[in-house]
Amino acid sequence: MEKDQDKILSDVTSGEYKYGFYSDIEMDRIPKGLSEDVVRIISGKKNEPEWLLDFRLKAYRHWLIMKMPTWPNLKIPPINYQEIIFYAAPKLRKNLNSIDDIDPELKKTFDKLGIPLDEQKHLAGVAVDAVIDSVSVKTTFKETLAEMGIIFCSFSDAVKEYPDLVKRYMGSVVPYTDNFFATLNSAVFSDGSFCYIPKGVRCPMELSTYFRINSANTGQFERTLLIADEESYVSYLEGCTAPSRDENQLHAAIVEIVAEKNAEVKYSTVQNWYPGNKEGKGGVFNFVTKRGICKGENSKISWTQIETGSAITWKYPSCILRGDNSTGEFYSVAVTNNYQQADTGTKMIHIGKNTKSTIVSKGISAGKGQNSYRGLVKVLKNATNARNFSQCDSLLLGDKCGAHTFPYIEVDNQTAIVEHEATTSKIGEDQIFYCNQRGISTDDAIGLIVNGYAREVINKLPMEFAVEAQKLLQISLEGSVG
Amino acid sequence: MLIINNLKASIGGKNILKGISLEVKPGEIHAIMGPNGSGKSTLAAVLAGRELVEVTEGTVTYFGKNLLEMTAEDRAKEGIFLGFQYPIEIPGVSMVNFMKTAVNENRKHKGLDPLSASDFLKMMREKKELVEIDSKLANRSVNEGFSGGEKKKNEIFQMAMLEPKLAILDETDSGLDIDALRIVANGVNKLKLPDNSFIVITHYQRLLDYIIPDVVHVLYDGRIVKTAGKELALELEEKGYDWIKKEVENNIIA
Amino acid sequence: MNGKSEVTERYIELYKENIDKISGVSSHYINSFREAAFEKFRELGIPTKKNEAYKYTNLNIFFDHDYKSYFMPVTSDFVKAEEFRCDVADLDTHGIVLLNGFYPTINEKLRQLPSGVWIGSLNEAAVRFADKIEKHYGKYAKTETDGLIHLNTAMASDGVFIYVPEGVTLTKPVQIVNLVQSDEDMFNQHRNLIIVEKNAEFSLIICDHTLSPKKFLTNAVTEVFVGENAHFDIIRVQNEHNNACKITHTFIHQEKNSVASSNNMTLHGGLIRNSTYHYLGGEGAESYSYGLFLADKWQHIDNFVNVDHASPHCTSNQLFKGVLDDMSTGAFNGRILVRPDAQGTLAYQKNNNILLTDDAKMDTKPQLEIYADDVKCSHGATVGQLDDDALFYLQSRGINKREARLMLMFGFAHEVIQNIKIEALRERMDNLVMQRLKGELSRCASCMVKCG
Repeated sequence: MEKDQDKILSDVTSGEYKYGFYSDIEMDRIPKGLSEDVVRIISGKKNEPEWLLDFRLKAYRHWLIMKMPTWPNLKIPPINYQEIIFYAAPKLRKNLNSIDDIDPELKKTFDKLGIPLDEQKHLAGVAVDAVIDSVSVKTTFKETLAEMGIIFCSFSDAVKEYPDLVKRYMGSVVPYTDNFFATLNSAVFSDGSFCYIPKGVRCPMELSTYFRINSANTGQFERTLLIADEESYVSYLEGCTAPSRDENQLHAAIVEIVAEKNAEVKYSTVQNWYPGNKEGKGGVFNFVTKRGICKGENSKISWTQIETGSAITWKYPSCILRGDNSTGEFYSVAVTNNYQQADTGTKMIHIGKNTKSTIVSKGISAGKGQNSYRGLVKVLKNATNARNFSQCDSLLLGDKCGAHTFPYIEVDNQTAIVEHEATTSKIGEDQIFYCNQRGISTDDAIGLIVNGYAREVINKLPMEFAVEAQKLLQISLEGSVG
Repeated sequence: MLIINNLKASIGGKNILKGISLEVKPGEIHAIMGPNGSGKSTLAAVLAGRELVEVTEGTVTYFGKNLLEMTAEDRAKEGIFLGFQYPIEIPGVSMVNFMKTAVNENRKHKGLDPLSASDFLKMMREKKELVEIDSKLANRSVNEGFSGGEKKKNEIFQMAMLEPKLAILDETDSGLDIDALRIVANGVNKLKLPDNSFIVITHYQRLLDYIIPDVVHVLYDGRIVKTAGKELALELEEKGYDWIKKEVENNIIA
Repeated sequence: MNGKSEVTERYIELYKENIDKISGVSSHYINSFREAAFEKFRELGIPTKKNEAYKYTNLNIFFDHDYKSYFMPVTSDFVKAEEFRCDVADLDTHGIVLLNGFYPTINEKLRQLPSGVWIGSLNEAAVRFADKIEKHYGKYAKTETDGLIHLNTAMASDGVFIYVPEGVTLTKPVQIVNLVQSDEDMFNQHRNLIIVEKNAEFSLIICDHTLSPKKFLTNAVTEVFVGENAHFDIIRVQNEHNNACKITHTFIHQEKNSVASSNNMTLHGGLIRNSTYHYLGGEGAESYSYGLFLADKWQHIDNFVNVDHASPHCTSNQLFKGVLDDMSTGAFNGRILVRPDAQGTLAYQKNNNILLTDDAKMDTKPQLEIYADDVKCSHGATVGQLDDDALFYLQSRGINKREARLMLMFGFAHEVIQNIKIEALRERMDNLVMQRLKGELSRCASCMVKCG
């Protein structure tokens, strides 16, 4: 019986990555390596205004004096920044006006990923910004959204068309000095998505960005800036994949969110970068800085993430609850299988009065995976009546993996109520047996149990993504490739 | 002893009680029944002085005094007892210490000297026997680790210790098996004196098989929509609450 | 950055100036650890807030100061120490007094209790029981990150030695009273070694007192060996004045099926840091770690607990609570480590804190690090106020608000106190805590220092 279970567990934990193909797209690459010149070249390629080049250069110079953080519970092999290509873009045939202008190979790539760039074919109610390697290649439904005053475009376009908005908000939530990888991103970011929801507008469709690393030896450094003006609402999704390669690829992104008075932003991520093979070779280093500020009163930012990919994940989507009565939420499922490592969690900084935050984190470790939750709940002196509840659970599948919980709770106000709970346990043998007894195979039972375990988080995702996420959980833990 | 007049109350800005009037005379047992969410527990909380509930209108007079102006502890000392629907667990506070403090506060209020330790323990023993409670409970922290039934029995035991004039039992029957229910009901009946009164809040009729009410009120959507004798409880048991709801809706339309 | 090295420099100098004197009164074996420890200290330095384990505690306010240090005890002081009597009623113990970290008895530096139990001066034991010292000394106090432990190893010369032989149950606890008294600001360190052999049972009480109103800094290390199937309890009662800083590091090494508990009761002190390391080194071992502190004024209390599940089928439980008044600050660092082969582990951890004022501050960091899969681990931490529902429940029984608050706070504290198995001490703790919660001064009658 035990043997059987071991076998099934090993089958279940040996799922394969289905997005590992590589597309042969004609690319414009710059030589590998990083220097001030490279920063200037990137800026030049994008015909950027002087102020943006200055921003990049300041960041680059600051980066030179920074050291890589050592505090995460991760074993990160040394990264040689001179071996990375910092800019790679699909060669554009001419100005992109219609879907036909896109390289057919590129179109095929996205079709294969299930992300049709053709609006007619696309899922109703989801607008997509597709980013490959370093640049945004196509944004769908741009015009429909523009009618409502919603701006949804590539970051590069935003720099050209809405420089005032970009200037005002870029770096206001994640300053260029923030941390090693955010500073690196500030120096070399190539593109990303930009979104602005005007006052009083409820965005009628899900906005989404789809990221794909394609080229070899290329780092991806995108930047997303999302501004929800007063009384507005938006739900935003991102997804990501990469080809299977033996070497590690670096992804260091920044997401900044600003929620003004009474605005609400839902930000969902299904992260499925290439996790490396079963022996731990290759895979993406996913070092991401995500932060939102609830600037106005009654504003709300909600992060939901399903993290199944990447060799190493280092990210802490956070909320600065500055406005009175503002709310921050963090719902996370992180899976580490084989040799994957994740150190992920959130920060909830309570500054305004009556601010509320909720943290639900579900870690699943299998194989030799190491999964850490790291979170900070900080209540500042003037944040009266702050409330936080955190629940961080870990599920262990197999005896070679690890699950770790590192919550930091800092309270400087007596009216605060901060509660943290965490449990770690093995997948329940009695639960599996119960399923077996009802005729469900152990394989399916594990799938059921894991999905049940993660349900609270998956339910927070928009419908289309929830189905994806469930499948992904199954795939990343089971032998059945979808 | 208790006169409630047009009482309206809200929790967190949401109106729960929408105008309740009710009079309880010494020696009476009133049953308040009603579907979930009708405001039964809120009424109990208002009477016991829970600050969470905000009284927006109306008056409550208790032995001629304005009850709403009194603190929760003063109400208790004046003889109001609330049997909690969900008794609170208080780790680290022993039942003995808790009850001793409460009994002596009550005695002080009546101008009596505090009980000596031995008298107090004797009283505990007597009351425990009266309500058939496991004596081990007394050595533990207040309600901590008690089963649902133990918690409810513990409420009745406290009632026996404090000898209230008006006891409000908030869904004391919920979560009890038939034996526990009988013990609780017997406790109540033993404690019933000619002059003291009960308000028994319940969802089901079964408790009223043991504690026979003089008056039955039906609470629905924050109002008392029907008042009658004990036969009303039986009618409710038979027909459920739907007919009451219909009647109320018809009245509104008419 | 400069501040850090300057502070460390003070202690480097202190070592260099006094090492000959220190070595002169210690045994060869204990001296053999000093140089390596000093080098390690030089490398690590006095911990700063950058050290993850000291993230919430600023040691500089006490370490960056000019202290006098004794490396040779003065005989006249011994008399005072011997006159000291613990005033806890009905607490029947075998008493030992340490004065400024030294064993202040001239005669009988080691004494034998019934059944072959030895208690006395570590320095003396190093000569008389060299085999036992060589087997256990320096074996359990291991750290790669905390310079203070190395500082202690480098410079401490005396402390308490206790040996409980196999199969012996000592019915009366041993009580160590740590006295600090000087007319000058003083830094002292001492080192205790407790050996509880197989199948033995033993309880230890350590009381900390300050007897003169000077600025004091104490850095103490205690190593405990708990043999197979043995039972060991340690209870610390800390009642020092607000100008005293006490840093304790307790390492409890447990063998198979042993049971050990630690209980830190912190009633008073300027800056207190208790680090307790539980090492579950044999199958079926159980460890319990408790702590309670009541802080007010400018006090800062930091509890650090590390439970290392190095063997399968062990159980551990942590319960730490704090009540913070005025502008006091508190910190809790609790770590449960379950090593890869420690299957069948049960580990629990709870940290609850109550802030009584707007100026009080609490930082807590409960951590789980788990590398085995057949485990049940959980932790919970809260920072908040008294439970409103509980308060109402008490009030609804006629108990007035002030009294109800007091009862709840007492209940909150009692949950920790109730784990003290020695009845007389448990009652004394309940009383001291009650007095303290009522706002009365709680101290032992023998304490002549007005705290605060």
